[in-house]
Amino acid sequence: MDYIISHYNYWLVIIIMMAGFYTVISRGNLVKKIAGLNIFQVSVFLLYISIGNVKDGAVPIIEKGVTLYSNPLPHVLILTAIVVGVATTALGLALVIRIKEAYGTIEEDDIHNQDQSL
Amino acid sequence: MIESHLSLLIVVFPLLTAPIVAVLPNGRLPWAISTFVSWSVFAMACVQLFNVSTGNVISYELGGWAPPWGIEYRIDAANALVALIVSGIAAVTLPYALKSIEKEIPQHQHSLFYAAFMLCFTGLLGITQTGDIFNLFVFLEISSLSSYALISLGKKRQALTASYQYLIMGTIGATFFIIGVGLLYVMTGTLNMADLAQRLPEMYEHRTIHTAFAFIMVGFALKLALFPLHLWLPNAYTYAPTVVTIFLAATATKVAVYVMLRVVFSVFGFSFIENTPTDELFLLLCVVGILSMSFYAIYQRDSKRLLAYSSVAQIGYMMLGIGFGSMLGVTATLVHLFNHALMKGALFMAIGAIVYQVGSSRLQHMSGLGKQMPWTFAAIMIGGMSLIGVPGTAGFISKWYLVLAAIEQQQWLIVAVILIGSLLAVIYVWKLIEVLYFKPANETAQNISRQTSVKEAPLMLLIPMWILVLANVYFGFNTELTVGTAEQAVKLLLPGMN
Repeated sequence: MDYIISHYNYWLVIIIMMAGFYTVISRGNLVKKIAGLNIFQVSVFLLYISIGNVKDGAVPIIEKGVTLYSNPLPHVLILTAIVVGVATTALGLALVIRIKEAYGTIEEDDIHNQDQSL
Repeated sequence: MIESHLSLLIVVFPLLTAPIVAVLPNGRLPWAISTFVSWSVFAMACVQLFNVSTGNVISYELGGWAPPWGIEYRIDAANALVALIVSGIAAVTLPYALKSIEKEIPQHQHSLFYAAFMLCFTGLLGITQTGDIFNLFVFLEISSLSSYALISLGKKRQALTASYQYLIMGTIGATFFIIGVGLLYVMTGTLNMADLAQRLPEMYEHRTIHTAFAFIMVGFALKLALFPLHLWLPNAYTYAPTVVTIFLAATATKVAVYVMLRVVFSVFGFSFIENTPTDELFLLLCVVGILSMSFYAIYQRDSKRLLAYSSVAQIGYMMLGIGFGSMLGVTATLVHLFNHALMKGALFMAIGAIVYQVGSSRLQHMSGLGKQMPWTFAAIMIGGMSLIGVPGTAGFISKWYLVLAAIEQQQWLIVAVILIGSLLAVIYVWKLIEVLYFKPANETAQNISRQTSVKEAPLMLLIPMWILVLANVYFGFNTELTVGTAEQAVKLLLPGMN
């Protein structure tokens, strides 16, 4: 039980990951899909941030009297991934705007029907 | 001076070109610069391949930071061959682009198109050059994001939904990949591929390593469109502007297959894979993929979509080699990687020439064109023969090695599947040829944006197309470059199996 509680951040990661992934798969609304994708990516950010933490480690800034630091590398890595995530979201939403202009709807089913009726 | 920084210049040169091209006015200048850059990168890739062809490995430390702390570019015969494919295809596609995008992309977007193209080029080259697994992710996203933008430039509105679909699937794939990389980092504390390969064997039994492996495999199976994760591919290839289809079909999936090779053989090592069901799973998916996708291709009514489904089937052939895990199998994969880039490039260029003249890639609008466009038709003939694997074309060489690899493993069922797949290819290539040559130009087709007589495509389209067609024939006879390099690469990928 202690094990489960002490690793609560990883449980959180899994819950958020599945929630986001499910949203991407199940929703027909294109904006909601992007939102789901974002939640899915955020869970990965949390995972990386969690693994960088060293137990009882200090903030990784060199200071007198501190010997144990957290690992800053995963945090730097995820900074890159956050930028990529922002770019993906921006591009995705831009596409949704263009789709709305072209089809007049952002519901996947309606778009599918319009393409079929041609 | 230049020689020692060659590995980096190959990536940096197109990267710097992208913003320059983006701010230039529309017109021929962006095209000229991009073409010049792609040819110089191609020349550099040739020199690079020559440098590693004797079996040595180039290690380039970015910013002088020693690996595994700094990012390392690590070039061996496998990377150099894939970099050569990517740059070679870009170098022939860009001259083709000038005329082709005039008809398919609005004038005011031309310089942005070349900028996105250069970014995609950068990303793909970066993936091949890097020896750092996180750096690989960054380049993967550079190439993916620019290819989503490129696909959405297609004329029809379905291009937008195709691009959106690819964006969702591609991002899920890439995110799976970084989850896997994160888990590997937790266990080993390193991101350098060579370093990972050294540290992983002692942890083979660990559950986290297996999870990481599964995430990375599924992520990249999505990117390379392995059946049944290929759903984004047919739409993306069909509705993208033809130039984009040519470039992506000939390079993007190939680069993803290369990453698969790298991860399976260099990072994890085949002894790890053998103890998981991965190799059997690959073989099963490839067999089902080859057969079902070839059948799908037969029933398509759009020539680009037909070739797209054929691409998914061909990816099955490439992955078969990885599933075998033998020296012959991996050689076949690398050779087919190269040859398939040539044949699909040539075929999509020929279809692009038809789209240029007729304005449609649907089979019903193409009837009877073979007589009016003899050079394009001949290109489809030879490209199609290469796709089938007729002796004397490049396609034969890769099929030959694949069959040899299957026989070596006593996998008779797979030998049969490869042969049946080739027969199915005969049917769908025949379908193209029948429509183009034997069907009379019918009246309904005449009415749709077709002038009374269609002329042969302009030389700017024919020359790049025929460079690839002749390459198909050349590499069907001279296998020194393809098979020789592939064998050299395999020695490094599978060290313990000589």
